[in-house]
Amino acid sequence: MSTKVDARGLSCPQPVLMTIDEIKAGATSEIEILVDTETSKENVSRAATSQGWEVADVSEEGNEYKITIRKD
Amino acid sequence: MKLKNVFATRWGIIGVGLFIGVFAALLQKWGNPGNMGICVACFERDIAGALGLHRAGVVQYIRPEIIGFVMGSLIAAYLFKEYRPRLGSAPIVRFVLGVFAMIGALVFLGCPWRAALRLAGGDGTAILGLLGLIFGIWIGTLFLKKGYNLGRTQATHAAAGWVLPIIMLGLLALLIAFPQIEGQNRSGVLFYSLKGPGSMHAPLLISLGVGLAIGFLAQRSRFCTMGAWRDFILFRQTHLLSGFIALVAAAFVTNLIVGQFHPGFKGQPVAHTMQIWNFAGMVLAGLAFALAGGCPGRQLFLSGEGDGDAAIFVLGMIVGAGFAHNFGLASSPKGVGPYGIEAVIIGLIVCLFIGFTMRKRSKT
Repeated sequence: MSTKVDARGLSCPQPVLMTIDEIKAGATSEIEILVDTETSKENVSRAATSQGWEVADVSEEGNEYKITIRKD
Repeated sequence: MKLKNVFATRWGIIGVGLFIGVFAALLQKWGNPGNMGICVACFERDIAGALGLHRAGVVQYIRPEIIGFVMGSLIAAYLFKEYRPRLGSAPIVRFVLGVFAMIGALVFLGCPWRAALRLAGGDGTAILGLLGLIFGIWIGTLFLKKGYNLGRTQATHAAAGWVLPIIMLGLLALLIAFPQIEGQNRSGVLFYSLKGPGSMHAPLLISLGVGLAIGFLAQRSRFCTMGAWRDFILFRQTHLLSGFIALVAAAFVTNLIVGQFHPGFKGQPVAHTMQIWNFAGMVLAGLAFALAGGCPGRQLFLSGEGDGDAAIFVLGMIVGAGFAHNFGLASSPKGVGPYGIEAVIIGLIVCLFIGFTMRKRSKT
């Protein structure tokens, strides 16, 4: 089951904090994070990787990005 | 598929830090004040002086570097399709944070950029300022962990994001229309300094060119001197920190080569030795930057990307500089100003109030 994090309109470090909170909650092995700046996309991807998660997919819709991260 | 952003890699951010360090030191050689090749707080303060928002005669000049930072970032944001006009995340709070960030920085006599350059020039008093900066950011991270959040921004008109860049172009137009007249402290509507740091500056085109290049590179790399420490404290992440360290190292080596390295605690350019207030001033500035989400440079780069809230913070800093000099809050090489200590205490209380009260669980 995947969890969603909506970090649109928020700037660093909030999107990263929200993602890490979700990772630490440990309830899921897949998280979808919505962000709306390139910077947040980079930061969330970097943070996920450093937590040992894999960035499975990044899709762009208009000015928004959906980042899917996964841990096996 | 978009081209991968090379500046967002580890070597990218280090390269940008090296570039800034080398050119900041060179700007001093080309005319900028000692250990002040680039100081975002000092330069915005000089702009406030040139416009007559304060009348401290020694710090009046429209600094082209600041204009370059905003316009360089705007150019990069447009070229790489990252221009995102947005605003509405507690602008009045950001204004107040900008005011007190400036006051704290002027008690120390420099922003984080200048703290790094002072250290690279051998100024031992910068160590106290940097420790204060880190301590202030650490307090900020405690609030962030507790859910401190100024709320979401909203997308807005493209033109709304242009407001600060247009103001910057206006400042450039004034600087060109009313150039400095030899031996006079006024030219048209602008004030100029005849002595002191405000009278020391690199040639306009060089300052503007370096500013544009740094603005461009910093937008691409997200360079931030506050984020450097914040991310390290919060996440043990050294990405931005490696850029900050590269800046110090590059400025240090450049200073050694061009003969600008003078180690010591006393008699350093535009610095004082009241160490407690060097520390406390930067605690205030660091906390305000952390609560506002970026160092003063980063706020300029964000403004160039269309972030109207960052632009409000910038205007807060410029107004704060007016207060700092009109009220005798800013320090001088002799020491803190007559009301500087009170201002730092009030500023810390205000920032703590903001940190404690503005929490929002942003989970939806």
